[in-house]
Amino acid sequence: MLLNQFLILGAVLFCIGVYGVLARKNAVMVLMSIELMLNAVNINMVAFGFQHEVVSGQVFALFIIAVAAAEVGVGLAIVLLLYRNQTSIDVEDFDLMKG
Amino acid sequence: MVDTIVFLVAAVICLTGALGVILARNPVHSALMLVMTLFGIAVQFVSQEAHFLAAVQVIVYAGAIVVLFLFVIMLLGVDTAQNLEIGALPAQKWAALCFGVGSLALTGYIILAVDNPVTGRPGMGGAIDETANVRLLARSLFSNYVYAFELTSLLLVIAVIGAVVLARKPVKQLPEEAGR
Repeated sequence: MLLNQFLILGAVLFCIGVYGVLARKNAVMVLMSIELMLNAVNINMVAFGFQHEVVSGQVFALFIIAVAAAEVGVGLAIVLLLYRNQTSIDVEDFDLMKG
Repeated sequence: MVDTIVFLVAAVICLTGALGVILARNPVHSALMLVMTLFGIAVQFVSQEAHFLAAVQVIVYAGAIVVLFLFVIMLLGVDTAQNLEIGALPAQKWAALCFGVGSLALTGYIILAVDNPVTGRPGMGGAIDETANVRLLARSLFSNYVYAFELTSLLLVIAVIGAVVLARKPVKQLPEEAGR
């Protein structure tokens, strides 16, 4: 098993996630794309850990999963709050802080 | 050889799901495609001997995070215009029944095939390896990374409190209305 195939898969997944964050206007879809990016990082962590035969990669991936869960909880609460304030979850509707 | 085939199949599943996430019009479809991607990644984890992580991936991501996404999507009523006809496919019910019974049979076979710890009867599928990486993972997590582990628990508590405070409906009742 080579390492680079996992790295390529992770890179492609990360790029798909970046595209989703930049291109989608629905705030929930933006959060889902962030999940894709976090998973790409997880693949890399586990692949490197497997290659070097250390368990640290899996430990870091576990922490990333925990942080992702917390991030989704708070992020979706913010989306709910946005919807309650403006009856919209289109990220382009929220430009109050634009200079 | 087998590794390569497993990798390719799982990678195709991952990438198809990821493309579905960002290209689907309906957010519900995107959430279901996200489940597909997460299962593909779980297969990748298993192929790299990260069995515990694969289980966590399925339980936490597919079981908790995607359900949270679906809750919010349904709550915001993004797809109210969709016509949700039940029984769109005529064979769907029977296909689902066959799939369910097949899954049950497979699960039962796996349970019966593993060693019985009480009677010591050897199973056909083989027992779970005692020196699996779950033990190594736990040893590392609770020794080298114990502070990070505790901080993660703190982070989760803060996230729960933050989510509850943010999503709570503001109390706008006047004192005399509250008394009625």
